[in-house]
Amino acid sequence: MTIEGRRIVLFNLNGEFFALSDTCPHKGGSLAEGILTGLVQSDGPGDYQHSRAGEIIRCPWHQWEFDIRTGRSWCDPRRLRLMQYEVSVEPGANLVQGPYVAETFKVSMEDDYIVVDV
Amino acid sequence: MPLDLASQSQDAGRGAAASNRLAVIDSDIHPAVKSLADLRPYLSNRWWEYANTYGFRRKHGSATVEPYPKSAPLASRRDAWPEDGGRPGSSLELMQKQYLDPAGVEIGILGPLGPTGQGDLNLDFSAAMARATNEWQREAWTKRDKRLRSAIVVPYEDGAASAAEIERLGADMSYAQVFCLTRSSEPLGNRRYWPIYEAAQRYNLPVAFHVFGTSGHPVTGAGWPSYYIEEGAGHSTSCQTAVTSLVMEGVFERYPKLKVVMVEGGFAWLPALCWRLDKLFERMRSEVPHLKRRPSEYIREHIWVSTQPVEEPENRRHVLEVMDWIGWDRLLFASDYPHWDFDDPFRAFPAGVTPDQHRRVCAENGKAVYRI
Amino acid sequence: MDYSGGIDCDVHPRVPSIKALTRYMDSYWAEAVAVRGIESFETIAYPANAPLTARPDYRQGGERPDEDAGQLARVLIDRHGLAHAICNCLYAVQMIRDEHMANAFARAVNDWIRHEWLDRDPRLRASIVVPIQNVELAVDEVNRCAADPRFVQVLMLALGEQPLGKSMFWPIYRAAEKHGLTIGIHAGSSYHHATTGSGWPSYYLEDYAAQSLGFHAQVGSLIAEGVFVKFPGLKAVMIESGVTWLAPYMWRFAKFWRGVRLEVPWIDRPPMEIVRDHIRFTIQPFDAPDDPDMVRRIIDQLPSEELLLFASDFPHWQYDGDAMLPAGIDAPLRRKILIDNPLAAYPRLGGRHAA
Repeated sequence: MTIEGRRIVLFNLNGEFFALSDTCPHKGGSLAEGILTGLVQSDGPGDYQHSRAGEIIRCPWHQWEFDIRTGRSWCDPRRLRLMQYEVSVEPGANLVQGPYVAETFKVSMEDDYIVVDV
Repeated sequence: MPLDLASQSQDAGRGAAASNRLAVIDSDIHPAVKSLADLRPYLSNRWWEYANTYGFRRKHGSATVEPYPKSAPLASRRDAWPEDGGRPGSSLELMQKQYLDPAGVEIGILGPLGPTGQGDLNLDFSAAMARATNEWQREAWTKRDKRLRSAIVVPYEDGAASAAEIERLGADMSYAQVFCLTRSSEPLGNRRYWPIYEAAQRYNLPVAFHVFGTSGHPVTGAGWPSYYIEEGAGHSTSCQTAVTSLVMEGVFERYPKLKVVMVEGGFAWLPALCWRLDKLFERMRSEVPHLKRRPSEYIREHIWVSTQPVEEPENRRHVLEVMDWIGWDRLLFASDYPHWDFDDPFRAFPAGVTPDQHRRVCAENGKAVYRI
Repeated sequence: MDYSGGIDCDVHPRVPSIKALTRYMDSYWAEAVAVRGIESFETIAYPANAPLTARPDYRQGGERPDEDAGQLARVLIDRHGLAHAICNCLYAVQMIRDEHMANAFARAVNDWIRHEWLDRDPRLRASIVVPIQNVELAVDEVNRCAADPRFVQVLMLALGEQPLGKSMFWPIYRAAEKHGLTIGIHAGSSYHHATTGSGWPSYYLEDYAAQSLGFHAQVGSLIAEGVFVKFPGLKAVMIESGVTWLAPYMWRFAKFWRGVRLEVPWIDRPPMEIVRDHIRFTIQPFDAPDDPDMVRRIIDQLPSEELLLFASDFPHWQYDGDAMLPAGIDAPLRRKILIDNPLAAYPRLGGRHAA
């Protein structure tokens, strides 16, 4: 959807709503055309830890992964030397959340309407 | 604070397009059949029945899936699936609406991939499929959208049959290139492939070597890798093998007007290869007395590289340097529509590419290559 | 140019004849070699009289300096005041298809290196040649030779039957990591299959050029298979690779990774960082124009200055005169390349992990 000139994509995770900018920060693909997947993490070769089904959006073009809840990317294309990272502490996880963030917007429910603050 | 990568690429030509209406020449678009039935009108009964009985057999032994499963269905953008249910690239209408029109493509060079029969174990079937694919391109694509140009797909493992197909179509100006794949049974400069180059030169057609192909060999001499990421990253090595062979076998001495395009391997590998080959030539030119010039000179004169996928180093100055080293006249914009790693002409290039450079790569250089 | 104190990470002792090896074999193998008329195991990787194989000044006179430790000292180590030179023997053990024969020859080569080279010059160090045809036997040989602290590396080839990151080779890496041995991947092939992805090229020039492509694949394999996740203490050195192909390949690999991460989720950081932390490159040959400014720009594209290791690639003809380092490298970087980086890449050089 477009609100005040901004393309926004809305996600419903079991009744929780999240709104992200629809525009992928890489090359501008529309995230709304992407697919939802779970989160894949790993402790080492051959170890596949699959969780949070449907909470990751993959850009339909170059397939960058974004966490719907936070907007953060799950790859780390560029590490700036002074950057502080949020490391998510999940069992056995070493994956570092990337610095790229899809813009997030506050979403609330009012009388069966979904309200998006832009 | 989110890092704004988008603005990095926004200014590369975008402003230029808006005001100058850049007439894009795209050197790599992939049209697709909805199914093999699309080729039925162009295949004899004998070959139609063969295709449905014995099918496609290539040197990886897989009947259906590619040896390295992709990371997205049919390696395509997820928004490029037409609503009529066909495969990405099978709908001209969607290609026009989604890409050709908004990108301002004036000339789109087609490169059909699978099923084309290229690399098939049955050489006669390969030739029949090539012919059918070439007819289909004209009837289903270039006749319906004058911006598009077809490729002469050839059964490259059979040099004579390939030359015959080029002979059949070479005078038709709606065909802009001869189309081969980089992974061939022997290195592409080998004399068994020379009939292809002889015919292409005669018609002033460039020969495109698009990455992939089924040679029966792993992508490098290091053995079969485990993962798609390795196979995909390895495409640039197949380009390097082809370039090295074309140069060292003296193809450009023998065919001094031949033009070659390396497609979908990116481009940043080229300068290092030139330096390596020049050093080796300096040391061991006695092995190749048929070469009269340095390898880098042949490369600079005869070989172009398509840009996709544009390499993205952390420091964009590095890729700009590489583009300087290659020469802004040797780069040809390619989208690779509808694949997932495609490049948009106005977003693919890093900030720092000047409007003039962008115009040359996207709208000018192709004129020297494609009989436009 | 001053190389004093430098650590040469790639010199090639040459086995003068098969008799030099049979004296280290047990009686079965020594006799079998004679009875079966086995003359030699050499590949076409370095044709004996090809220009690249040995510099002209090393071919003059009688004895080849790569066949004798004293000659090596005279023409290279003494001449430049080097601190160490690491011997990588390219005798074609990897080409042998009989795994037991390969094992016999690997052991003989390592013993020959020990007696004819390491014992004769205390500055010399060496790589362990292994029978990669049988990984268990290769591990045994690593363990056997690791007892001698002068072995600092396990030698493998860039073009083989399986990419070197594959789990079948992990027992070798486990052993290497345990002993503080570095993995050295050197240009060359077992020639058990074609040297390129399009089969066998016509010319030796092409064959040698294709080595760099094998290195692309090995870097990709080590990263994609998660070798350094599995063995975080391991380092690998790409020896005689050409170097300048690296940055463009890694840009491509990293771009793919961002999209296909789900295939190899154990790559948990940017691939270039993995190279920076675990992979090194000897500097000869350095495929670049003879232009100091270009050399600087090319080096600037690498992820760090710690990547480059000094090497002469003796006796191969990669440079003229004494120009073992390309012009364009400033003094601080020269020191790193000559001394600091090799010391960091080869933990056993510093005398740790002694038997």
